[in-house]
Amino acid sequence: MQAEAVSRDFPAIDAIIKKYGERKEFLICILQDIQARYGYLPREALARVAEKLDIPPIQIYSVATFFKAFSLRPKGGHTIQVCLGTACHVRGAERVLGKIKRDLDIDVDETTKDMNFTLKTVNCLGACALGPIVEIDGKYHGHMNTTKVESVLKKYSTKIRE
Amino acid sequence: MEKISSPLELEKLSKSIQSKKKKEKAFISICAGTGCRASGTELVINAFMEEIKFLGLQNKVGVKVTGCHGFCEKGPIVVIHPGEIFYHNVEKEDVLEIVSETIIEGKIIDRLLYVDPATGKKITKESDVPFYNKQKRIILGNNGKIDPTDIEDYIALGGYSALSKALFQMKPENIIEEIKKSGLRGRGGGGFPTGRKWESCRNAEGKPKYVICNADEGDPGAYMDRSLLEGNPHSVLEGMIIGAYAIGSKEGYVYVRNEYPLAVKHLEIAVKQAEEYGLLGKNILGSGFNFSVQISRGGGAFVCGESTALMASLEGKPGEPRAKYVHTVEKGLWNKPTNLNNVETWANVPIIINKGANWYSRIGTEKSKGTKIFSLVGKINNTGLVETPMGMKLREIIYDIGGGIPNRKRFKAVQTGGPSGGCIPEKLIDLPIDYEKLTDAGSMMGSGGMIVMDEETCMVDVAKYFLKFLMEESCGKCVPCREGILQMGEILEDITKGNGKPGDIELLEEISTVIKDTSLCALGGTAPNPVLSTIKYFRNEYDAHIKDKKCPAGVCQALIQYSIDPKKCIGCGACLKQCPQNAIAGEKKQPHTIDPEKCIKCGACFDVCKFDAIKRE
Amino acid sequence: MEITLNGIKVQVEDDWTLLDAAKFYGVKIPTLCYHEGLSPYGACRLCIVEIGDSDKSKFVASCLYLVQEGLKVRTHSQRVVKARKLLVEFLIARCPTSKVLQDLASGLGLDKVRFKPRYDDCILCGLCVRMCEEQMDAKAIGFVGRGVKKRITTPFDIKSEKCRTCGACIYICPACQLRCQGPEPPSVLCSGCLNFSPPCLDQYEDAMCYLDPCVACLKDKGENKKKDEIKKKEAK
Repeated sequence: MQAEAVSRDFPAIDAIIKKYGERKEFLICILQDIQARYGYLPREALARVAEKLDIPPIQIYSVATFFKAFSLRPKGGHTIQVCLGTACHVRGAERVLGKIKRDLDIDVDETTKDMNFTLKTVNCLGACALGPIVEIDGKYHGHMNTTKVESVLKKYSTKIRE
Repeated sequence: MEKISSPLELEKLSKSIQSKKKKEKAFISICAGTGCRASGTELVINAFMEEIKFLGLQNKVGVKVTGCHGFCEKGPIVVIHPGEIFYHNVEKEDVLEIVSETIIEGKIIDRLLYVDPATGKKITKESDVPFYNKQKRIILGNNGKIDPTDIEDYIALGGYSALSKALFQMKPENIIEEIKKSGLRGRGGGGFPTGRKWESCRNAEGKPKYVICNADEGDPGAYMDRSLLEGNPHSVLEGMIIGAYAIGSKEGYVYVRNEYPLAVKHLEIAVKQAEEYGLLGKNILGSGFNFSVQISRGGGAFVCGESTALMASLEGKPGEPRAKYVHTVEKGLWNKPTNLNNVETWANVPIIINKGANWYSRIGTEKSKGTKIFSLVGKINNTGLVETPMGMKLREIIYDIGGGIPNRKRFKAVQTGGPSGGCIPEKLIDLPIDYEKLTDAGSMMGSGGMIVMDEETCMVDVAKYFLKFLMEESCGKCVPCREGILQMGEILEDITKGNGKPGDIELLEEISTVIKDTSLCALGGTAPNPVLSTIKYFRNEYDAHIKDKKCPAGVCQALIQYSIDPKKCIGCGACLKQCPQNAIAGEKKQPHTIDPEKCIKCGACFDVCKFDAIKRE
Repeated sequence: MEITLNGIKVQVEDDWTLLDAAKFYGVKIPTLCYHEGLSPYGACRLCIVEIGDSDKSKFVASCLYLVQEGLKVRTHSQRVVKARKLLVEFLIARCPTSKVLQDLASGLGLDKVRFKPRYDDCILCGLCVRMCEEQMDAKAIGFVGRGVKKRITTPFDIKSEKCRTCGACIYICPACQLRCQGPEPPSVLCSGCLNFSPPCLDQYEDAMCYLDPCVACLKDKGENKKKDEIKKKEAK
């Protein structure tokens, strides 16, 4: 989103901050709601939060870059999270990740050129009986292996690299 | 809803809900934990709701959408009461039959019953299933009977009666004595005696005092806390309120990890309902005691499971730990006395208050009392959540409850304690589960993750995996953890790529000693454990990688070759179609071959072959 | 109150840290992220000391740990010195071009670095961040990211309004303060003023004296060895 657009959107950001009582204990929750709104954390939004919560801007930037959940760059339309927890790893999660990387031609934390997919890894989603697991847009795909990757990705996009 | 304003009113309400429920002819308990949701349980639930509405049976048959039942391998799970009929791997196509046959006619559908692999017999009742009946489910057991979004289910089972007893029949000092006598120890991994922690916090100077529930369950492979929060959030809240009363705190936080959206949702509903019923907030149960709980979330950082890092995160700062020379019970959140406990620890409190410390301390071993919930995952037949008394042998958990290793592979090791723990090999499989015994063996209890590994797991790869995990999760503040783990990771990377040198193991051990001695917090302090324990018990695998440049388990890509066993290959061509590099050749119905020059070892052929013909060595 | 410092009972003020006590009594504990004018940080871990009895001893950062009545402190035990050497080895591998680090290496008797050099300019000691916040009251720079990817920068990596270009951060930085002209590849160690670590540590749990550095015993040993060899040659 463009900088001016975000600045005009300050009432929405202020409302999010107010929802959490303008309290520092909920900084992460506030940032998560802002990320849900824009798909990432725009700089102007972070500056506004710093101002309203009376936190130095460098601290907000520190928090935004410390936690894995936050993205400072716009993400793709669909976010793929490959679980690399120990149980999934032992069942071959790395092979699944390798296949997705090859098929989409991107590395972890990167977005495809057509802005369709962003690839991330996560350290355990807590559904270990279904490992290896890949989560896309909140939906869990269990018992994954390299042969299932193509059909799962097709559901979210009509064109993937051959 | 009028707030409950006395213990007597609570009792009356509980009895009236119980009698209402007795009027139902039957009720169906459907597991809707995250695991079963991923297996399609929502379709099953909708199918049941529609069918019952269609047949007009709403008043006679209850549908209870519950939290995690624990037997995750067999989800979606449906249990029909009365009769406790246990159906597993239920699909939406089975629902019509279940309603007409079992609910209306009372007949059992054989094909949905669990088959005991040891006897070959079909089992009808849930409590007869060996996975369940060998456990002692005093904490998790209620998950199957409660709809977590309905506080009345919890009250009907006696919920909040422990709180009532604590507020009206006990003084704070008595409560602390009772918890101390019970021998309850922190279930998050530290194993610190909970009663002593509460006592120190109560005696600390400073106001206000805070109570925190650490729900930042970061150990990969462990999801006990998630299932407790999703399935029975009130048990955790009740424990927190009792603890707050004993310590003298009015404000509490539950810090839930970002990756558990359903747990957050159910907690928020639970808090709201508890407040409506007068069990949380101002003047709880008319006792004059005030306590409120706020739910905050993590942002995706394993290190925030460490108490000082969690508190830093709650103060709006990055989650960096600080040295614990002054304990958090004296100076914690906002530099005030803070008592932090794990989800499972809080969930144990109500039952200790209700049944007494004597009853509780009879379960378990001399130094480790009570039960522990474990997540049994990895190369195991019965993946799921297992609650056993302390002191049960690993062998019983893995074979009697876990059903052993799938595909007739050999058991190799079980990893406990997450990235801070170690691997326990076959020769120690009769080790009883106990805080001290696990630490003596080179591992630790940790939060309860138990990852079973078989002959196809490479232990050097496991050590490398944990180091890579910790490298990413380290906060980066202190030199030994940030630089030390990086260097250890590089050495292991070299070893798994065939570039290991003699002296590497000694160097790893030297770095490990320094990291353990000088790290700022427990993440760094326990980081070398997986490496040290695998070196201790699986030295031969390290030697094979370093000296022979081979990976005996067939995992480390650079050291293995993929090939096709001509005796097993029937020439179906499935692998040929999957290979991204066109490295497989062969005629139909003739054994195929892999060209090692073209093979990139991606494993696609291994995944698709149904005849176990792809070899990796 | 009274503590035992390297075997000697000494009197200390109640609000001192172990580092304060050591400094007062002339015991030199190496530090990197500590500065008198700034709040202690406890990140470099070079100032660690061993406290308590040998079988149950703990390692604590002396810049943060407050004195306690009757505490037993050893500043130069075998394990402590070994640990300091390895920590400096890590840091040199990260940033070989810092004179401060090279001096520390010589002082500890570090004679080889077994890790690949990365030629990073920052050792993340945080002195600049604390300087900017506490002394210059600007809070213009801070830590960003975590783990190995942690770095120090301004908010959003752009010029900060709060930065007054006072240069205090450059002044206090141990890595860029004095660019070392010394070490060139293949060796990343300068060793220009290499001193030996006390050889008594090979035989005893603790350093026998804490004169840092002292080579008297080594010098004697070396001279005696030479005399023995000459005697052997003459005997043949």
